[in-house]
Amino acid sequence: MTTPLVEMRNMSISFGGIKAVDHVSVDLHPGEVVGLLGHNGAGKSTLIKMLSGAYAPDGGEIFINGEKATITNPRDARSYNIETIYQTLALADNLDAASNLFLGRELVTSTGLVDDAAMEAETRKIMKRLNPNFQKFNAPVSALSGGQRQSVAIARAVYFNARILIMDEPTAALGPHETQMVSELIQQLKAEGIGIFLIDHDVHQVLNLCDRASVMKNGQLVGTVNTADVTDDDLLSMIILGKNPNEVDA
Amino acid sequence: MTDTTSQPIPPQRKSFFQQLELDTRLLGMVGAFIILCLGFDFVTEGRFLTPRNIFNLTIQTVSVAIMACGMVFIIVTRHIDLSVGALLATCSAIMAMVQTAFLPDVLGLDLGSPLIAPIAIVVGIAAGTAIGAFHGWLVGYLTIPAFIVTLGGLLIWRNVGWFLTRGQTIGPLDSNFQVFGGTNGTLGPTVSWVLGAIFAAAAVFGIWNARRAKSAHGFPVKPVWAEMVLSVVSAGAILGFIATLNAYQVPQGRLRRIFEARGETLPEGYSIGYGLPVSVLLLIVIAVLMTVVARRTRFGRYIFATGGNPDAAELSGINTRMLTVKIFALMGALCAISAIVASARLTNHTNDIGTLDELRVIAAAVIGGTALAGGVGTIHGAILGALIMQSLQSGMAMVGVDAPYQNIVVGAVLVLAVLIDIQYRKRTGDA
Ligand SMILES: Nc1ncnc2c1ncn2[C@@H]1O[C@H](COP(=O)(O)OP(=O)(O)OP(=O)(O)O)[C@@H](O)[C@H]1O
Ligand SMILES: [Mg+2]
Repeated sequence: MTTPLVEMRNMSISFGGIKAVDHVSVDLHPGEVVGLLGHNGAGKSTLIKMLSGAYAPDGGEIFINGEKATITNPRDARSYNIETIYQTLALADNLDAASNLFLGRELVTSTGLVDDAAMEAETRKIMKRLNPNFQKFNAPVSALSGGQRQSVAIARAVYFNARILIMDEPTAALGPHETQMVSELIQQLKAEGIGIFLIDHDVHQVLNLCDRASVMKNGQLVGTVNTADVTDDDLLSMIILGKNPNEVDA
Repeated sequence: MTDTTSQPIPPQRKSFFQQLELDTRLLGMVGAFIILCLGFDFVTEGRFLTPRNIFNLTIQTVSVAIMACGMVFIIVTRHIDLSVGALLATCSAIMAMVQTAFLPDVLGLDLGSPLIAPIAIVVGIAAGTAIGAFHGWLVGYLTIPAFIVTLGGLLIWRNVGWFLTRGQTIGPLDSNFQVFGGTNGTLGPTVSWVLGAIFAAAAVFGIWNARRAKSAHGFPVKPVWAEMVLSVVSAGAILGFIATLNAYQVPQGRLRRIFEARGETLPEGYSIGYGLPVSVLLLIVIAVLMTVVARRTRFGRYIFATGGNPDAAELSGINTRMLTVKIFALMGALCAISAIVASARLTNHTNDIGTLDELRVIAAAVIGGTALAGGVGTIHGAILGALIMQSLQSGMAMVGVDAPYQNIVVGAVLVLAVLIDIQYRKRTGDA
């Protein structure tokens, strides 16, 4: 077995006495898609936010390529080439798509000033790949539809050559065609050797796209299974009952 | 990647103003300002729009307008600064004491030494920046609400200012320092024309350069005639402003004294215009720099991003705490610069300098379109807001409205302006 791209060991965090994530361990290999499943409030978003630097864990260790990583803020995560599509999208509503895409990593001219024209050009290029119908390049993202906003958030995560991609319900607001395009995107990125954590409530989607799936319930890990070995009913019973029928850890 | 053809934008009938692609909100404010001026001019039978009154209006506006530029950044990031008037007083007191007491008595610099004004200014700006940064640290790192920090600051700095001077008027201030005060420092017609021509050329260059950058990337641009109209209007407004300031003649008595001081006699029939005041030039420079900061620097981008969504900014790797320190430090520096202008205009440091300026500054920013909910605001809007407030006040004084009524009207206008703004944003669907 190769060294995992990401290994999260015994991650724990509580919010005011509530154990949102309780000694959870998951891992991710290059070119692999790992699904994270669980009921609302199971702790999926909280778990990946410890990887993306949004939350500092109370306990646990993160290893990137086998080496211990210290991720205390989003800048640290970016330096490990971890990119995140947050469930809340994390867009500045008053800025346009290009400003959001490059937020924190603006392109600058030779004089050090922000190069809006260049950023808009790059944004147009990547949006053509993700959502060809997207045309509102000069409007603040508050004027975009939910799905268009989600496209901007996806574009931001994909643009910067991530090695580790975290997608927290990336298709929640997308139409069928756009969802299909994201599925194709995931397969393409996977082929490029990128590791992806995919949080999704759609069991079919997870079985189709993911190599393995980790199920959480009430902050704890129910189990991790190879998607090839399970049916959707198996996954559903893991999610709902918290039972682990035939654990086959990779 | 050479394929830059974007999908055709559906042809629409656009109105004259739509084709100019101007900020309609700004147009509305300019319109309101023009109506206000014409109204006062009518009521005062032509006394409002004289070169003399316009000159005075601009120099009276400078101090509040400079601080309003900084207040835009503060309010855009969802904070507030109630301490600016008090901080101005403390900075003014520090600079007055440095130039009248510390430098002559302790360092033995002669009164009138050319070093006095620069040293006093550097010390003042350093003090303002440090105090502002301290406010920002309390707000950003210790997460005390800015309202509370600066409310405390208002009480503290107003009285630190008093303490430094024992409540006395300090002056007269150094004559080089007084150059920033308005009437005591003007550039004369020739220099003013040269600067005006440079500004006009820069404005026209800016308009066409922006167009060039857009079309280089294949983005849609305005029709050429629209750019021409904008160029002519901008250049015309700048040169008209300079012409007006040049038309205000230095009074004969004052000229005679200037000539006598040089050991000459005033030639018969000699007269000269004031031209652009140094303080107004200072405001223009600050406004341009702050606009560049807001629109074209990372710092400015992060300010607006943080105002729009603080969590998103943090998740994008922006250090929002340090950003808060920098914004308040900048506000402090601008308070110190305003203190230079305000005390130089009075030729003294007075104990009540800057009193109630916090309210004028906040009102100017808000009338100028800065949204208290954060994320939205412009530098030029805030300056126009300051100008509208000052015009209102001066105009009413000229008409003979008593001071209490003036304040009632200014207060009502502030509330009304925000109401109109809310309605406007609802209509246009702006954030
Ligand atoms: N910032 C926070 N402060 C307090 N409690 C929190 C915070 N973030 C998450 N929680 C709590 O932690 C638990 C896990 O939340 P989390 O957002 O990780 O769930 P989730 O699995 O992503 O759910 P969903 O499917 O609804 O997105 C919940 O009980 C939630 O209320
Ligand atoms: Mg979630």
